Amino acid sequence: MNRLELSGITKRYPGCIANQDISLTVQPGEIHALLGENGAGKSTLMKIIYGVVKPDAGEITWQNKQVVIEGPADARRLGIGMVFQHFSLFETLTVAENIALGLPAGQFRNRAELKQKISEVSDHYGMKLDPDRFVHTLSVGEQQRVEIVRCLLQNLQLLILDEPTSVLTPQEVGRLFKTLRQLAAEGCSILFITHKLEEVRQLCDIASILRHGELSGQCKPADTTTEELARLMVGDDTPLFRQFDKVQGGSPILEITGLVHQPDDPFASPIRDIGFTVNAGEIVGIAGVAGNGQEELLSLISGEARSAAGQVKLHGRPVGRLYPDQRRKLGVGVVPEERLGRGAVPSHSLVQNTLLTGFGQMVNRWGWIQRLPLRKLTQEILDKFNVKAENIDAQAKSLSGGNLQKFIIGREVLQQPKLLVCSHPTWGVDIGAAIVIHDALINLRDQGAGVLILSEDIEELFKICDRLGAICEGKLSPVLPASQVSIQRLGQWMAGEFTESASNQGAPAYA
Amino acid sequence: MLRLERRPSDSKLMMALSPVLAIVLTLAAGGTLFSVLGHAPGQALYTFFIAPLTDLYGWTELGVKVAPLMLCALGLNFCYRARVWNIGAEGQFIMGGLGGGWIALELMHLNDIWILPLVLLAGTVCGMAWAALAAWLKTHFHANEVLTTIMLNYIALNALLYAVHGPLMDPDGFNFPESALFTESVTMPLIHEDYRLSISLLLALLVLAVMWTLLTRTLLGFQISVLGEDEKAARFAGFRTRWLTWMALLVSGALAGLAGIAEVTGPLGQLSPHISPGYGYAAIIVVFLGRMHPLGILFASMLLGLTYMGGEMVQMDLTLPKSITGLFQGMLLFFLLACDVLIGYRILPASRQNPQTAN
Repeated sequence: MNRLELSGITKRYPGCIANQDISLTVQPGEIHALLGENGAGKSTLMKIIYGVVKPDAGEITWQNKQVVIEGPADARRLGIGMVFQHFSLFETLTVAENIALGLPAGQFRNRAELKQKISEVSDHYGMKLDPDRFVHTLSVGEQQRVEIVRCLLQNLQLLILDEPTSVLTPQEVGRLFKTLRQLAAEGCSILFITHKLEEVRQLCDIASILRHGELSGQCKPADTTTEELARLMVGDDTPLFRQFDKVQGGSPILEITGLVHQPDDPFASPIRDIGFTVNAGEIVGIAGVAGNGQEELLSLISGEARSAAGQVKLHGRPVGRLYPDQRRKLGVGVVPEERLGRGAVPSHSLVQNTLLTGFGQMVNRWGWIQRLPLRKLTQEILDKFNVKAENIDAQAKSLSGGNLQKFIIGREVLQQPKLLVCSHPTWGVDIGAAIVIHDALINLRDQGAGVLILSEDIEELFKICDRLGAICEGKLSPVLPASQVSIQRLGQWMAGEFTESASNQGAPAYA
Repeated sequence: MLRLERRPSDSKLMMALSPVLAIVLTLAAGGTLFSVLGHAPGQALYTFFIAPLTDLYGWTELGVKVAPLMLCALGLNFCYRARVWNIGAEGQFIMGGLGGGWIALELMHLNDIWILPLVLLAGTVCGMAWAALAAWLKTHFHANEVLTTIMLNYIALNALLYAVHGPLMDPDGFNFPESALFTESVTMPLIHEDYRLSISLLLALLVLAVMWTLLTRTLLGFQISVLGEDEKAARFAGFRTRWLTWMALLVSGALAGLAGIAEVTGPLGQLSPHISPGYGYAAIIVVFLGRMHPLGILFASMLLGLTYMGGEMVQMDLTLPKSITGLFQGMLLFFLLACDVLIGYRILPASRQNPQTAN
């Protein structure tokens, strides 16, 4: 008996087909990977199964019975649970209160019984959880456990996880995988959405690969190489992997010493006494789980937030009090985490968005915009960085995530910065675009600029960075040459264990 | 039934068509209203919209209304592009008229070429100062400018009432709440002596050209639009958002103040309790009807100016109350906002929503 069978699922959105005639089956106790690049239609398909989105065509069969899933409550009644990429938890409530909110009325007699059940379930699956803690005091990994336990409290038959590992340290990933294997052994099916190939090979029994909304293949990951999986994901005409040399930097460009910052937002992370250097001609990478101070650090370097003058130095000059435009004049380029709504104005044209950070060169001293050079520069960005857009007057919001990211990186790189600070350079970007972006960063490095990368993608950091460190709760680990940093060690750093002697238990093999 | 579906990108066609549609709907609703009131709708609409413009005098009178509307609207446009919602053009207009008018009364017995420019400048500065209050409250206390500017409108109006009932009342005016009539040295020169139209229209057209250039060709205009569309991007780029907020309010206050003093020293010729027939409020409609574009604002202020003349015309010819002007202005804004939904959305039949229920 199949646990779940999809046949001919099709979903169209204005301007694109998210899912085209997708059919697949999930067996009881199976860990089934759904693999694909961003925009391939994975999330849409999962939302259809969970009842959030209704398909335009196709049938869903659940335990050999054809069903129409009217909504998430309907799906939960059938025994389908889903953990979204962005958690739906109230930070000011406790774990137990959050879980109680998602349950049907009358499942537990009182709060004590619920708390006991939460402890029981979380212990059974090795996910320690205190029902009385407030959610805002939990780490991201612990918040994810709350979501999973919430699903487990119902008679769970199928658990859907949308990119669950993107917010975890390698050690936490290892623990999550153990839990999932235990669940599967007890008969629960798991649908695991990801674009990370190594994870699929470690965890999953079977993988379905989506490309451009269609099912492009199915395979047993254990018998398939990473290259073959990647080929199924991106198609035949995209080059896959490239190795970059590691280099040693020259003289310091950015020097940060004793940087402290207390943000206004109570849920933002303070910066606690950070010090490091970015030298000319090297790429420094800072790993870390989201929300540990990366945002604040980037703002302090870009000038959106300000510190004491001497805590941030460019070419030896204190710049901590300067505004972003003043720092740009000194050669700083910045690629922020949010592309639309910070890195680019959604409703403005690409030409205007070039002006957004290029006004130093594109406006004369009377405040007049130099229109022709500006249009030429915009065209150059599109050409050199292979940005697919209707034309240079297209609105920024009409570009796909990957193309907009290429545009923003191109805009910064073509201004020839001495220091480029880049947050998540290839997050949500397809493999083809990632290659363009990595090449651009390496080129910039080889021309003698210093590059600082803040990312959660450990594979990427190891691939392009010459020196590596990690940030945790606003504190920075040592920053060492990439060859001297193991994945286990980086994982400990991401969890806040900066001392050498820390044990390396539970670290999964990444490479 | 119908449902709305988000368009992949904003429709440029609807952007342009929405005001036209709003005008058509306003005419239809207005015609219905006239017929309910017992007048032939075609005839009444003709009286309202066409009859005022059947001779040259009518067109010059339209110019008299267009000049203050356009000045206020051009300032508001600058402000609204920064998403700073100055609803206080009315108060800034009144303060411009009052402050400038006071200076005019003090200096009007001097006969010198620089007196009028000085008076105009005084009015402009007063309008600007009135807006500066709102800017200060907004940037220092985070007070919402919509509320503060509306409240400042009432303060301005009461200040005007106090002045014309008290210190600025004409001692030889039989106790009417009016100031003395201005002398020639503080009166805006007329374009032609047979008509009331003064050079304030030329001033407004000049401001139009300047604002158009400012918005499309200069860094300041660009910064204002970035601040309005995306404040995070403005901070990211290093624009001084606080300073830009001040600029937006000061520019719009200055232009409203200029409109006020040009009105007082132009067609009115003295201070009275009714120096504005709501130009500052109508200018808000002008900005949105004109699609926040200088050229659109020119046409929209002509249409709104016409509603004032049409109101007077139907009062004379059909003995309907003049407040029908406000009704037409309100309907225009109402229909415009409704039609603007179609820029981001399209209407589809609802039946396509649940295709799989057919399975």
